[in-house]
This record gives sequence, C-alpha cells and structure tokens, in this order.
Amino acid sequence: MLHDCTFFTRKEILQLHGRFHELAPHLVPLDYTNQPDIRLPLALIVSMPELKENPFRNRIVEVFSEDGQGNLSFNDFVDMFSALCETAPRELKTIYAFKIYDFNVDNFLCKEDLEKTLNRLTKGELTPEEVNLVCTKAMEEADLDGDSKLSFSDFENMISKAPDFLSTFHLRI
Amino acid sequence: AKEKERKKERDRKRRRNVARRASSARKQGNELEDRPGREERRGRKKRDKEGKGKGGEDERQEEVKNDTVAKTQKNFSNENTRKLEQKEVEVVGEEDGDTEEKRKNGRSEKGGKKEDNGRGETVEKKQKKKRVETSEEHESSEEEEDEEEKVGEEKPEVLSPEELEKLKEEVDERKKLISTLRGKPWPMRKKLLTLRESHEFVEKYEGALGKGKSRKLYAYKVMMLKKWMKFQRDFENFKTACVPWEMKIKEIESHFGSSVASYFIFLRWMYGINMILFGLTFGLVMVPEALMGRPYGSMPRKTVPRADEANAMDFAVLWDFGGYAQYSVLFYGYYNSQRAIGWLKFRMPLSYFLVGVGTVAYSYMVVIRTMARNANEDGGGDNNSFNFSWKMFTSWDYLIGNPETADNKFASITTSFKEAILEEQESRKDDNIHLTRFLRVLANFLVLCCLAGSGYLIYFVVRRSQKFALEGLESHSWWERNEVNMVMSLLGMFCPMLFDVISALENYHPRIALQWQLGRIFALFLGNLYTFIIALMDEINLKREEEEVLKLNMTIWEASLYNGTLGANSTAPPITVHPADIPRGPCWETMVGQEFVRLIVSDTMTTYITLLIGDFLRAVLVRFLNYCWCWDLEAGFPSYSEFDVSGNVLGLIFNQGMIWMGAFYAPCLPALNVLRLHVSMYLQCWAVMCCNVPQERVFKASGSNNFYMAMLLVILFLSTLPAIYTIVTIPPSFDCGPFSGKSRMFDVIQETLESDFPAWFGKVFSYASNPGLVLPFLLLMVLAIYYLQSTSKSYKQANLELKKKLQTQNEENKKKTKMAALKAAMDLEEAQKARSEAPRQQRKNNASQQSYTGEKNTVTGHLVSSFVFVYPPAPRGHRIPGPLPGNQWQPAPSVQRVPNSQRH
Repeated sequence: MLHDCTFFTRKEILQLHGRFHELAPHLVPLDYTNQPDIRLPLALIVSMPELKENPFRNRIVEVFSEDGQGNLSFNDFVDMFSALCETAPRELKTIYAFKIYDFNVDNFLCKEDLEKTLNRLTKGELTPEEVNLVCTKAMEEADLDGDSKLSFSDFENMISKAPDFLSTFHLRI
Repeated sequence: AKEKERKKERDRKRRRNVARRASSARKQGNELEDRPGREERRGRKKRDKEGKGKGGEDERQEEVKNDTVAKTQKNFSNENTRKLEQKEVEVVGEEDGDTEEKRKNGRSEKGGKKEDNGRGETVEKKQKKKRVETSEEHESSEEEEDEEEKVGEEKPEVLSPEELEKLKEEVDERKKLISTLRGKPWPMRKKLLTLRESHEFVEKYEGALGKGKSRKLYAYKVMMLKKWMKFQRDFENFKTACVPWEMKIKEIESHFGSSVASYFIFLRWMYGINMILFGLTFGLVMVPEALMGRPYGSMPRKTVPRADEANAMDFAVLWDFGGYAQYSVLFYGYYNSQRAIGWLKFRMPLSYFLVGVGTVAYSYMVVIRTMARNANEDGGGDNNSFNFSWKMFTSWDYLIGNPETADNKFASITTSFKEAILEEQESRKDDNIHLTRFLRVLANFLVLCCLAGSGYLIYFVVRRSQKFALEGLESHSWWERNEVNMVMSLLGMFCPMLFDVISALENYHPRIALQWQLGRIFALFLGNLYTFIIALMDEINLKREEEEVLKLNMTIWEASLYNGTLGANSTAPPITVHPADIPRGPCWETMVGQEFVRLIVSDTMTTYITLLIGDFLRAVLVRFLNYCWCWDLEAGFPSYSEFDVSGNVLGLIFNQGMIWMGAFYAPCLPALNVLRLHVSMYLQCWAVMCCNVPQERVFKASGSNNFYMAMLLVILFLSTLPAIYTIVTIPPSFDCGPFSGKSRMFDVIQETLESDFPAWFGKVFSYASNPGLVLPFLLLMVLAIYYLQSTSKSYKQANLELKKKLQTQNEENKKKTKMAALKAAMDLEEAQKARSEAPRQQRKNNASQQSYTGEKNTVTGHLVSSFVFVYPPAPRGHRIPGPLPGNQWQPAPSVQRVPNSQRH
C-alpha cells in the first residue's frame, strides 16, 4: 500500500522500517498489525545520521509530522524520505522546500524566514549588516509581485531556474 | 423501501463477491507484488469492510455532504486558507459529480467515502469497531460464493453502453490518481486513504481483468529505471573519485575562497600536462635508450671520463647532476646517433626529435584549447538574476551526513556569501571617479618607473658581469661574481611588495587587482628570464669555441696514438682505448640541460624552504609565543600569513617555462617536474590548511582561469623561442647526443625521408615544402582565421543583444505581475465586502449559496492565477490559524455514525 504513495519499493520500505525500528527499539514494534499508531519524537528522528548535520533538520521533521510538532509516525517517516528521495518530482520537492524554509508557517517566506535560513546556513558567522544585505538582495531578486515577502509562486519561479536544486535537495537511505 | 432493501442486499453481495475475486486474484500473485505484506493485508480487510459497511448509508451521506459544503463556506475567514478552501471545494465538486453519476446509475454506493480524506481518524476508529463482525460476516457468506459469483458476473453486463463508458472513464481517472498519488503533497494518512478507496473502486469495476501484466511491466520498468539511476550515480561518484585531490581542493575552497582554490586547480591542471609530457619523454626516449641502446661504458659519450671517475659517485657531484648522473639517460649527451636501435629497429634520433617537437606542440594545443573552452564558458549564460536566493535556498547539500563535510560546507557557504557580498558592495561603490582615475594613472606610472628601473638595473648588471667574465672571474670579489643572481633575487623579493603597496592606491576590485599584480610581477620576472637566456647563450658560445679547439686537439691526439702504436707493432689489431680515456668535447647540449635541471631543483628547494620558514615557522612562533608576549601576536603585527596567490601562480608558470625550454636537452625534466608538483600539491595543501589564514576580503575567482592561461601561453611562446633558435641555428656537438655527426638537428627528418620512405614520398614532400605552395597555404590560413574571428565576433554581439532583450523582457514581466497582483488585491477587497453580506443570505437560501460559491471560486482563482499548480494544503499543525483540513469535516462523522447504529 505504501508503495503506491511513495517512491519506494517494498524492499526499501522494509529497510526504512528497519531504520525506524532502530531509532527506538523499545517503542517501535516489529509487527504492525495490532498497534499501528506509534509516534517518535523529533529529538529521536533528528539524531539520524542522514539528518544530524542538516541545519534545517528540525524544520524538515516538523513539516512532515502530522501535528507540526515533529512527532513522526512510521507513515510520516516514509513520507518524509519519499518526498526527499531522488526520484521525487521537482514540483513535490519545491512544495516541501517551501514549507521547510517557511519557519513561521504563514505560507509566505518573509524576511525573518530568510534571516533564519541564512543564519542556519552560515552558523551565524555573518555580521547583521551582511545578513540584512543578503536578505534584501534575495528578496529583491525573487519577489515578483513586490509585496516584500515571497509567495509560493515566487519561490517556485526562482527554484525552477536553479541549476542544482534537484541534486542537492534529496536524502539517501 | 423493500426494493431499496433488496437493492442494498444485492449490492453488498456483489461487492463482497468482487472483493473476494480480487483477493483470490491477488493470492495467485497477479497483483501488487511489491506492497508490504502486512500493509496489504490490513488494507484489504479494511477495504472489504468499507465496502460492506457503508453500502447502505449513501443517500443520507450525500445530503450530509452538501450540508458540510455549505458549512465550510461559512467557516473560512482569512486569506491564507482561502486558497486551501478553493482546493477543498474543488475536491468536493469532484465528489459531487461522482455521486450524481452514480445516482443516475441507480446504485449509489460510495457517496461518503471520499469524505474520509478529511477525517481519517474517525473512520479508522469505526473500522476497528467493525472489524470483528465484518470478518464473521465474511466467513459465513463464503458458502454462498458460487451463487453470488453468478450474480456478480451478470450484474455489470446489464449496464447500458453509456454507463459503461462513464464507468470506464472514472476507473481510468482513479487509476491516474493512483499513479500520480505519490507526487501529491498530501499528508501520508490522506494519501493512504485515497489510495485505498481508489483501489477499491478500480477493483470493483475492473475486476481482475488483465491488469496483472501491465502492472508487472510497470514494476519492471520502475525497477530498471531505479537500477539505471543508481548506476549513473555510481558512475558519477566513480568519476569524481577519479579526479585527483578533489576533496583537498574542495576543502581549501570552502575555507579560503575560490581564488586560493583556483591556484590549486591550476596546479592540478599543470600536473596533468606534465604527466603527459613525462609519458612522452619517458616512454619514447628514455626507456628505449636504456633498454635497447648500447649499454653504459660502451662509448665515450656513455662513460664517465677518467679524470672524473674518482668522485663521480659523490653525493655532492650527483646533487649537482654531474658524474654518473651526467652520463645517463637523463641528459642529451648520453644518447647515441645510431639510426635504429634494438630488435625493434627503433629510430632513436628521429624519436628524440619528434618528442621534442611534440612536447611543445602538445603544450600549445592544450593551452589554447583550454583557453577556448574557458572563453566559451564565459560567453555562456551568465545568468545570476537569482544569485542570492539560489545561494540561500539551494546551497545546502542535504546529502551531507559527515560532521567534517558539514563543517566544510558551512565554511564554504559562508565564504561564498562573503564573496557575493563583496561583489555586491563593489558594484554599488561609486566614489569620486576623477580621483580614482588620477590615482590609477599615478599608480601605473609608478609601476612603470619601477619596471624601467629594474630593467635598467638588470641590463647594467648583466653587461658588467659579461665584462667580468671576459676578464676572468677569479680576480673579482664574491659580490661581483654573484651580482646578477643577487640583484635578481632582491628585485624578485622587493618589487612585488612595492607593487602591492602601489595597487592599494588604485582601489580596484580585488580580482582585478590580483590580475594587475600578476601582470606587473610577470613583467618583472621577464627580466629574470632574459638574463638567464643571455647567460646561457654566452655559455653556449664559449663551449662551442672550446669544442673547436678540442676537435683540433683530437686529431692530433689520434695521430699521436696511431703513431705510437704503429712504431711498436705494424700488424697489431686496431688499437683499443678504454672509452673513459678518449678525450671528448664539452657537449653544450648537456650543459644546457644540466643548467635547467639545477635551476629547477634549486627553485623547488627555495619554494619549500620559504614555505616551511615563512609560513610554518612563523605560524608556530606566533601561535606559541603569543602566550608570553607583550602584544597580541595573532591579531597584531606578525600575525599568520595569507596565501600568496599571485606569487605562487607566477612561480608555477615560470617553472613550467623552464621545463619547456630545457626539456629538449634534458629528457628527465618533465619527470622532475611531476615529482615537484606532486610534492608541492601535498605540501602546500597542508601548509595552507595549517598555517595560513583566509584573506580579509575573500573574493570570487573568475570561473575560468583564462588570465593564468594567457600568461602561460606567453611564457610558452617565450620559452620555445630560444629552444627553437638553438635547435635551428646551432650545429649539434660532434661527439654526443642523438644528432652527432649532422650539421643541423633537423637533418634527421631529411634522413628519415630519404631512407625510410619510398622515393615518391620524398618527392611529394619536397614539392609540398616548396615556397610557392607553402606561402599560399599560409595566406589561406590567415584568411580563414580572419574570417572565423569576425564571425565569432558578430555572434558574440548577437548573443549580447539577445541577453539584453531577455533582461528587458524579464523586467517588463515583473512589472506586469506587479500590476496583476495589485488588481487581484483590489478584487479581493471587493470579494470580502461581498462576503460580509453573504452569511446572512446563506441562512436564508441554499441556492444562492451555491451561486456564491462559484463566484468566490472565480475570485480566488483570479488571485492565484500566477500559480502554476494549485497550492498545497497548508502545513499540518496547530499553528495554522483558521480551519484545518480535519476540522472542516468535523460535523460530518457524527452524522455519519447514525446509520451505523441504526443498522445494528
């Protein structure tokens, strides 16, 4: 069933379940028939080697969790890796990328979102003036309708021309 | 009512039947092999249940749904959720269509099912409750299977053709939905539910008819696609793994910026070229001579002379490339002039000559080709309209899982942002243009003065040293003997610093400043080259005079030898003199080769030692003395050194020039250079990472290093000139080297043509080399070059114009979108006004509600017209203000539960 909802084969999904089980062996049952509603907290998911170094790890997990808090059920877990896998189409990835960078979940990338993104990317090594300059410039470039925040269409337009979005925005298991 | 009951009963049976048939088909393995078994089992059960359990509640549910549609319209308030709502409305609309169709068909089975999308939880709970009884039912009904099957099979055939058509369409739609489901940005639960329903629907109407095959094929295709992608990925990885030092350079780039990395990339490129040169000389000259030529000690040119034999193995002598090193394959003089050697009949002299020419030709070709390619890349779309946004949103590589790599990535992103910021600031900077211009002119004037002064100094010193040399070096002091070298080193040390200070006046962008700096130091170093070549020429002339004298002595010596033996025994066998005792010429070619090799070695040593002392020692001192010093050493005066890009690049370029110049006379030079570059790659990488600090202003190197290449080309030209001059004009020494005995080195070509090729070939060649043919050919080439250049220029211009056009169009588009957005905002306001009146109307009239929905949809549609596809539902989570997808359907489950309780 999951196979049709994701970009994985049965084998890969089983492998994913193995990983999921590994994260919390005492919480996650190997047999799913009678207790399907297990959720792992954000802290556990984030400790996966695939996500450990990612500056946006918390956002990724939050976006894919059903409650927005970062608690993932196995379905959400599979969904996350499916959307970020290599075969996922650009449209899907763009949608999730937008959500990930939308820190305050208002469906717009405003300047604060950009600043947060930038600070995570550079570990806060740029001076505030530099951050400000970069954010202003990025906003200027990508904001097509001039409302000084990036809507999804702005974001999509910008990302669709980026040369290495697809090659960088994916996770491997 | 009875009829209704019967219909329901029939439906239920039929559905059960279909489900059973499908499950039996699945058991045969026709279906969905790659679904996880567990999931599948569960899903099937649920599907069965759903099918049975909900059959009876359809009509009512439909009404309920219409209500909910109305209610949801009321609930929405803020702008964000509007889009969301639009989508929901769309979905609902679809459902309406579906159900209506079914009602027409007389059996509306699946009305409420789609609703499940929104309220997965409640449905699941219900399913749990029902599980027990439904399974019982399932078992009990198994006995009736045969009967039911008949009924079930008969059933679809009663449908009229139009209905069948419609059904088919719907099934196709569902199938499409299933295949595109994985690309939908919905939460997993929603996807799963939709999938379940769609599967059920498809199975119900399609039965198990011939879909196993296509499914298998599809699965196979997907599998192959995945395998192919994996292979491609592995291949890419393999390719990058094959590029040497990629990781090192990436690491340096991430910490020191692209300008420092450009030096290392250049170094690597140089290494590649030298590898090929080394392969040529090693494989075609040194190895054949060593293996197939006459062995050491068989001829005078292959033997250490008697006078040097005592200390020929001393390290000091060997280090100076004298003694045994001089009489080995490393140098020109060792090679024999025998036309063909070994059982392969290897044409040694010809090979030697052709390798010499090939080295130069290959270098020209590679440099020019690289330059052309870089120029192409430059000309290609320099589209950085989204420079900053791309950096921000696509620079993090989500694949990074290694802490060290992540650190590097952070550093590199920071560096690249700094570079971009610098570019931005530079482009914004508008100072007093007159002052800048004046300062620049002044700076150039100063630099010119410096260059002229140092040029004159070099000229003066060289002339003086020539005078000293004529008078004899012994009578002069140490300073006078080493004057030239000292002056050159001092100039090379201090002038670049001076230039650096002067360039601070100019206020250029650091990248351009670096290029100026490079150009100036290059001009200065040309003096170095010039003195070196002059000294070498003098030496060659001296040696040749010596040779003439020796030739004369040789005949005398031979005569005396002959006379001496003749007196003793007239019938003795031809005199055998040990080759070490035979007097020999000075062999200027070997001398030139030695000179170059020594130069390279000493240069390499100097580079390494300055690296160790200037960088490493300084860093160590600064680091550890800082604990007990009166001021802050790290931040204050000595500090850590920066990586000197210009000096290193020039060192590399001049070193390469030496190789090109000397490779003809010392075939070992490329090998030495490969060694040197290899060591300096590791040493410098290490030194940069451990004892240098990044420049204060990290700037982005131009993507193509065409400036370096241009300098390399100039050096290549300058260094091939003297080499070719010596080859063409100076006759080779009479007793050493592969061309001994010929009047010119290139006579070897003539000789080969005459003796190795058929007669007609020589004739053709002589015709072809006739000036009457060569000149027109040259003219033609010049014309072709002119033509190509002019066309390329026009293309470039056209390209530029197109780019400009595109840019203006982009700007226009931007304006247009802005206007559209403004208009949309106005429309929105109007709509809001209209909406504030709407709820009242809604209560009164359901029909008006319907029309209003349509209206509003058009408004929202207009608003989001710039969207390429429909906006995804808002992210899940409690933070979203306004109704959630789950909340919208809140009233529905309670209503839906009613029929269940009624049934049991």
